[in-house]
Amino acid sequence: MKEYRTISKIAGPLVFVEKTEPVAYQELVNIVLFDGTIKRGQVLDTSDDLVVVQVFETTTGIGRDSGVRFTGETIKMPVGREMLGRILSGGGKPIDGGPEIVPEKRLDITGAAINPYARGMPADFIQTGISTIDGTNTLVRGQKLPIFSAAGLPHNNVALQIARQAKVPGSTETFAVVFAAMGITKEEANYFMQDFERTGALERAVVFLNLADDPAVERIITPRLALTTAEYLAFELGMHVLVILTDMTNYCEALRQIGAAREEVPGRRGYPGYMYTDLASLYERAGMIKGLKGSVTQIPILTMPGDDITHPIPDLTGYITEGQIVVNRDLHRKGIYPPINVLPSLSRLMNLGIGKGHTREDHKKVSDQMYAGYAEGNDLRGLVAIVGKDALSERDRLLLEFADLFENRFVRQGYDEDRTIEDTLNLGWELLSTLPVEQLTRIDRDLINKYHPKFKTGAMKE
Amino acid sequence: MEVKEKKAKVAKQGVLKRIAGPVVTAVNLDAHMYDVVKVGKEALMGEVIKIQGDNIIIQVYEDTSGIRPGEPVENTGLSLAVELGPGLLTSIYDGIQRPLAVLVDKMGNFIERGVSAPGLSHTKKWSFKPLVKSGDNVEPGTILGEVQETNIVHRVMLPPNVKAGIVKTIKSGDFTVDETICILNDGREYPMIQRWPVRVPRPVKEKMNPTIPLITGQRILDGLFPIAKGGTAAIPGPFGSGKTVTQQQLAKWSDAEIVVYIGCGERGNEMTEVLTEFPHLEDPKSGKPLMERTVLIANTSNMPVAAREASVYTGITIAEYFRDMGYDVSLMADSTSRWAEAMREISSRLEEMPGEEGYPAYLAARLSEFYERAGLVISLNGARGSVSVIGAVSPPGGDFSEPVTQNTLRIVKVFWALDAKLSQRRHFPAINWLNSYSLYLEALQDYYDKEVSPEWNKLRAWAMEVLQKEAELQEIVQLVGSDALPESEQVTIEVARMIREIFLQQNAYDAVDTFCDMSKQYDMMKAIKLFAEFAYAAQLAGVSPAQIIGVKSKNDLPQIKFIKDYKPELAKIEKQMDAEFNALRSAA
Ligand SMILES: Nc1ncnc2c1ncn2[C@@H]1O[C@H](COP(=O)(O)OP(=O)(O)OP(=O)(O)O)[C@@H](O)[C@H]1O
Ligand SMILES: [Mg+2]
Repeated sequence: MKEYRTISKIAGPLVFVEKTEPVAYQELVNIVLFDGTIKRGQVLDTSDDLVVVQVFETTTGIGRDSGVRFTGETIKMPVGREMLGRILSGGGKPIDGGPEIVPEKRLDITGAAINPYARGMPADFIQTGISTIDGTNTLVRGQKLPIFSAAGLPHNNVALQIARQAKVPGSTETFAVVFAAMGITKEEANYFMQDFERTGALERAVVFLNLADDPAVERIITPRLALTTAEYLAFELGMHVLVILTDMTNYCEALRQIGAAREEVPGRRGYPGYMYTDLASLYERAGMIKGLKGSVTQIPILTMPGDDITHPIPDLTGYITEGQIVVNRDLHRKGIYPPINVLPSLSRLMNLGIGKGHTREDHKKVSDQMYAGYAEGNDLRGLVAIVGKDALSERDRLLLEFADLFENRFVRQGYDEDRTIEDTLNLGWELLSTLPVEQLTRIDRDLINKYHPKFKTGAMKE
Repeated sequence: MEVKEKKAKVAKQGVLKRIAGPVVTAVNLDAHMYDVVKVGKEALMGEVIKIQGDNIIIQVYEDTSGIRPGEPVENTGLSLAVELGPGLLTSIYDGIQRPLAVLVDKMGNFIERGVSAPGLSHTKKWSFKPLVKSGDNVEPGTILGEVQETNIVHRVMLPPNVKAGIVKTIKSGDFTVDETICILNDGREYPMIQRWPVRVPRPVKEKMNPTIPLITGQRILDGLFPIAKGGTAAIPGPFGSGKTVTQQQLAKWSDAEIVVYIGCGERGNEMTEVLTEFPHLEDPKSGKPLMERTVLIANTSNMPVAAREASVYTGITIAEYFRDMGYDVSLMADSTSRWAEAMREISSRLEEMPGEEGYPAYLAARLSEFYERAGLVISLNGARGSVSVIGAVSPPGGDFSEPVTQNTLRIVKVFWALDAKLSQRRHFPAINWLNSYSLYLEALQDYYDKEVSPEWNKLRAWAMEVLQKEAELQEIVQLVGSDALPESEQVTIEVARMIREIFLQQNAYDAVDTFCDMSKQYDMMKAIKLFAEFAYAAQLAGVSPAQIIGVKSKNDLPQIKFIKDYKPELAKIEKQMDAEFNALRSAA
């Protein structure tokens, strides 16, 4: 392979190479330092006279005397069944002291788009054991459902609890977990690893670690390696795969850094204008395929800068993913775990995975009614602060109490508490029964007669 | 997608000079703007979007990874066009009219590149019934005959851009779209297929002002902010507020004869949902599967951006084609913001001077050209058809002051403003009744008088007034609590709540409530008005607001939504309300 020594410029993570052979767009590049170290990069722009290479590691040590080798192919990921149980770097190299991975296949990490016509419709209810997810923002197999959090909130615990408890009732298959860390601290990473070890999840997990002190630009490929692995496990080996990506905010920062180095016209808050498309190329790699057995379910985690949900990172994510679980500081301050605020949370695929034949026929309407009650009760808190509780009508007073009950009984649960969907829905009815039945306008009469603790006829007989 | 012949024959082969994402540069190539070219060894489809000296700049509709400088580029000399003819209905296409089902057969579950596939099947035979005979004069757009495509009759027309002539031979029987079905005296031969360049609007005889509503079965739309057949509407809202669900509701239940649904830069699963669900849904009018009147275009967020840019034009051209047959077509574009972003991305790669928020300076022009292709028209053959366009807008951070929303609102006549506050409390459709508007109300009044009830227009105005009043009262309530309001206004608050919870809220996922026809809408609103009249009368007679709010029978009103044959139940409730109020008044 020919080696060029024609580097003309190095700027941030970018290396500009002149007068090369015709180099392919997105081709993998090796840059050889004087001491023989090899750094990897990828072609971002290629023309007759100039090639722009984005280097995944730091550019420390790269100089005009460094050699550049073009490998002639786009970045490939060696994948195989043996990856389960392994810990790899953010660039895909084993870092657990184990042997090199013997590849069964080498796959392009960009991943082609699933043809919408070939997609299977996600519809299998995943019971996470967390009421605010199962009851009101249900996750289904093949969904991409991010956790929107912020600095200092227990999003990692929530993600771990999901990874630990997630099951499809009635199915014995467990989830394989692909975990990709991008720019998180060693301490946070240990927290995940210890939990995986404690619960034995590590055996069926593939871990990619790009930590806070690893090169930022490597974060661009870490999630792609993880998703390529996940797709292999799911669509070639038929496994159900849960992918946890954390922290997407660090990924986006890396994207911004490259945009700035390329002197692109920045979009909102300095992030590149193509960030929506770029994020979509990750998040859309979730789903099911008709006729194939496996599935890829994604739980990306991101921390909202300044707790601001309109910040471009959560905003663009929310526009792509199928809902979001919002972790909230006020609830956390009240000492409620998991501090999930259901109001801005949403699962768009919920309706496909609930109801008769999936969970229970009353699921949707119980959920809607709780939302309505909690939203109204929550609003009234503001009013009470001004006019006092006494000025409230009876109806409003009950709603106010409902909001408190909802937070303390429905939202609050233990870190190891694994509620069945039956428990969750029954709890919902119990709380709703504190409201006058006429107020349950979202629920049809038949369901009230069947499930409302005060009316259900079956209850008498039991 | 196929390409359409142009007059100038140009030369042909050039070479690639630079590749940077979806935009590439070629040299040594004769080209005109918007020529379709084949890029690289794999012959990826692209379109010339800029000419700068010797540099021909091309947007490529497929992924360009692995392409090298020095690879060949070939100019077809044709412009980007769609294939129009029998076989469009029930299809699902990507942004450049490649049938996704065919792509699965050709390359499997994932979209690889370098595979072309024509928009229509060229082997399938359709049974063609002529409607002209030899010796007839035919003009551009004349209907030559028809094909029973699904339950929809496909009218085969003379293309709009050809000269008139006299029919020499017209055939009858089974033909592929390529076989000649009509020969004119001057020797010209026409098959069923026609090709039309997507960036050029199809001509019509006359554009008219819309006067008939597109009935959607969605109460807040039909009842408060209707769109006319041939009209334009925008539905902006933050993520998760209900743009897609509303668009899908329109695609399902609106009384258009043909639906073109464009998933432009959105989620794959949403298109799959339409594909899975529509074949099982029935048109409430005809009882036929909804899929049979539908054409889907899916260029999801992870498919190439240049094809996303094209998808909107592909969709509207197909819509115009059915309009020309005399059909009422409705077109949903979800989301026009992703289309605008595709323009922005391409424009920034061209290093054009950016306008507001990085969008190209021609954003406003492109948006208005697109919405102008909607309308109620007399087509070249004299048939009356329409294209209604409903565009979703996805403003960053839900902030409507951004360029795409603002430029869209300057053009469209109906504004359905989605509101995150409503969606968070699961008030669906989360359309804000105070900010939304329809500029068609006046034009549609006659229709409602005749087809719904002479009372309808008044009833609507009353409901809007109550909601407006409530908004004012709520400001006071927030400060002093509702008990401090005068009694009649406490009643108003209750009536407004009923309008919101009973009339405006509508659950798209409830088997019955998902669609509500105009007469049920009228009955529901009338029942609320009846309650209001009883209530104000009772209040004047000295009945307390608490007693009025406590009237039991009104609590049964919301149940009406979930009952298909609601009339007996509604009559019962109205009778009970009357009785209860009578009792209250006599006790007072
Ligand atoms: N009319 C409705 N009835 C019941 N639920 C609804 C209705 N409209 C919206 N929803 C609920 O809101 C969710 C989000 O709606 P939708 O997917 O249409 O949002 P969107 O505005 O298209 O968001 P995005 O911009 O991210 O695509 C749905 O999954 C559904 O749960
Ligand atoms: Mg949407």
